[in-house]
Amino acid sequence: MAGDAAFVRTALTASQPPPIPAGPLHGIVRGLFFGPLNIALTLFSIFLIALLVLPLMRFLFVDAAWQGTDSTACLGVSGACWPFIWAKLGQFIYGVYPEALRWRPDLVFALGALLLAPLLVQSAPFKRLNAFLFFAIYPVAGFVLLTGGNLDLKHFLLGRLLAWDIFGSATAAGLHLSFWSDYGASALLLAALAAAGATLLRARARNAALAVLAVLAVFAVVGAMLLAVDLDLGLAPVETRSWGGLMVTLVVAVTGIVASLPLGIMLALGRRSEMPIIRLLSVIFIEFWRGVPLITVLFFATYMLPLFLPTGVSVDGLLRVLIGVALFSAAYMAEVVRGGLQAIPRGQYEAAQALGLGYWRTMIEVVLPQALAIVIPGIVNNFIGLFKDTTLVLIVAIFDLLGQLRAAFADPAWAGPTTLYTGFAFAGIIYFVFCYGMSRYAHLLELRAAAVQR
Amino acid sequence: MSETASEISKIADAGRRSRRSLLDDPRLRAILLQALLLIVVAGLGWALFENVRANLASRNIASGFGFFDVTAGFAIGQTLIPYAESSTYGRAFVVGLLNTLLVSGIGIVLTTVLGFLIGVARLSRNALLSRLAGAYVEVVRNLPLLFQILFWYLAVLGTMPGPRQSLSIPGGVYLNNRGIMLPKPLFGAGSGAILIAFLAGCALAWMLSLWARRRRAAGKTVATGWITLALVIAPPAAAFVLAGAPISFERPELTGFNFSGGLRILPEFLALLVALVTYTAAYIAEIVRAGILAIPRGQAEAAYSLGLRRAPTLRLVVLPQAMRVIVPPLTSQYLNLTKNSSLAAAIGYPDFFYVFAGTTLNQTGQAIEIIAITMAVYLLISLLTSAAMNVYNRRLALQER
Repeated sequence: MAGDAAFVRTALTASQPPPIPAGPLHGIVRGLFFGPLNIALTLFSIFLIALLVLPLMRFLFVDAAWQGTDSTACLGVSGACWPFIWAKLGQFIYGVYPEALRWRPDLVFALGALLLAPLLVQSAPFKRLNAFLFFAIYPVAGFVLLTGGNLDLKHFLLGRLLAWDIFGSATAAGLHLSFWSDYGASALLLAALAAAGATLLRARARNAALAVLAVLAVFAVVGAMLLAVDLDLGLAPVETRSWGGLMVTLVVAVTGIVASLPLGIMLALGRRSEMPIIRLLSVIFIEFWRGVPLITVLFFATYMLPLFLPTGVSVDGLLRVLIGVALFSAAYMAEVVRGGLQAIPRGQYEAAQALGLGYWRTMIEVVLPQALAIVIPGIVNNFIGLFKDTTLVLIVAIFDLLGQLRAAFADPAWAGPTTLYTGFAFAGIIYFVFCYGMSRYAHLLELRAAAVQR
Repeated sequence: MSETASEISKIADAGRRSRRSLLDDPRLRAILLQALLLIVVAGLGWALFENVRANLASRNIASGFGFFDVTAGFAIGQTLIPYAESSTYGRAFVVGLLNTLLVSGIGIVLTTVLGFLIGVARLSRNALLSRLAGAYVEVVRNLPLLFQILFWYLAVLGTMPGPRQSLSIPGGVYLNNRGIMLPKPLFGAGSGAILIAFLAGCALAWMLSLWARRRRAAGKTVATGWITLALVIAPPAAAFVLAGAPISFERPELTGFNFSGGLRILPEFLALLVALVTYTAAYIAEIVRAGILAIPRGQAEAAYSLGLRRAPTLRLVVLPQAMRVIVPPLTSQYLNLTKNSSLAAAIGYPDFFYVFAGTTLNQTGQAIEIIAITMAVYLLISLLTSAAMNVYNRRLALQER
């Protein structure tokens, strides 16, 4: 054995001096300068910082013009032209939303923050009530406040299919009687259909009653929402064409996430279903939307969707985009939720079955609450992605924050050498603060979940 | 005994018959539910189809794919194959597709290099470098891609000096607000020999690597790096000299107010490429970091105790194992880059989306056909890429007993 060795030490090595007592700076200095490659890397880093960070700081703070009301304040200033931002701030946040009515989006922002903050803090009480307020009441209230409500709904199912029009154009409190009588009649008709179907299938009395009740409950809930948006509350209507800026960014992103959550859950369940046709349809839907770029979805919503609707029906431009975004993000949401469903151990499903729970009660009472809790960071990450992707709506002529920024660059009154950089700096800071804040939050949740598991 | 049994079964039978609901049989229930779903989907499809037909008729929009053979009549700023305004929409389709593939192909190569460098830099022992890489990742990932594309296009390339004050880079390269001007290689007679020599050299290098792999499997050490390099470089260089230097360069010249000659790279292309590369690299860096961290520390420690230094440890021990973790998410980043290249529409780089779903859609008005084809093309690219990466992934997979 020893004969094969290339080198055999015959004497003990000399003992080394004790290591230098390491002060706080010692480790840092050694970490940066312990070899030729490292010294080169350190110098390279210092070079990059000097090249990028210092000029940026100078531009943003030292050389910047801070006060003033028009472009003369920025004459001869080599740094940021902040008066440009102050002058355009309203446009960046609200677009051309009428100035006298801007308290309405303000109220929507405030309500959203007020409802969302306790939802994000895990230890805050009344989670269910809070979630209900945020996911069910808030969207309706936000819609009414932003658009002004008073939709003037005229026809429902029977009106379209059978030309139901017994009340003509009679109205009460801004509500068309023919619509609401149509709505009620349709509810009763569908409930009767459910009862007939149950009898045909020889369902038990209890199940038949449940089916009828379910139909009526869905109609009641949807009806309550419709009533809220149909009532004339005396708010001046504001067309979505005049919306813009950060408001549109937030509306698209929040609607996309809120609408995609239920749809995504259904798709995820469908993809893990044992029924082949349901599984196949879910897979096709999910993979289709995930395989195409969002911009084609927006084009689809803008140019193709109107052709799919019955002749004479037109849908608002922003609403079309919202539909496209909701379908798109539902596919991504479905994959996130599926990850959570797969993470639930089989024993949970089996235990629920052993207790005699059916499919829906197993899912709703046992599996989904655990799965959704796991995937909250994933949902937040999805939201970050959607928030960033919202900028794409400017390609279909809806002017979000980035679109307003581009429009502001075209203003000849502010044409100056540094307006361009100032605008990008401002929008960059806004986007970064939102996205970075959310990603830190998701990271925090992940750390906490990991700590609980250990 | 048998009398009681038949009695019991009779009672059970009667009970089943009287109280049986069709919904009690899970199989029947599943069939009913799926049939109902199919009917709803088919009904919806039929209703949409009818609406489309009525709408197209009332708006006088043509349908079908005849427009592919119609003269396009618009110019395209960057064409990899011959194209003129008199070419057909079908030709424009191919030109756009090639432009998309060009920007995605170059982007994928560059972003992989940059992403791996930043990912490794984030794990560097050099605190300054790793912080810097971390800051890069956080800043770039948290800004929208379209924002970055517009930034590069408007704020960086758009504010470059005009052609007469071009920034000059040694080697006949000029940078101005109309893009980058490069010397254009002109291939004279005999250039083919260089290509053949290059391919032959590559083939030899490949055979060498096969031989080296077998030697290594037998436990021998072989260093092939320098020989491989020589095999790739020497044959084409020799062919270049023997054929009498057939490749010459046409330098861009400033004539009047603009450059003529040479190769011009569009600022739209540059802005899109730089934004796509830097944006995707931030995601790849995170994937690489996670992949390296997923390898147990014992692997690196074992390599150190065998006497390997840090760089060979990373290259020979850690990265090959980390690749198994890295490749699947890397694939989806490549796909994202390809899909994101459609944002070219915002700055007017003539990629597939801009040429086809933009200009062609505007001119023909055939929204249904064009958007359907656009979606199908991106879907096809997605499916092909993931199929190719699945093959690669299977080859890398751990050979378990």
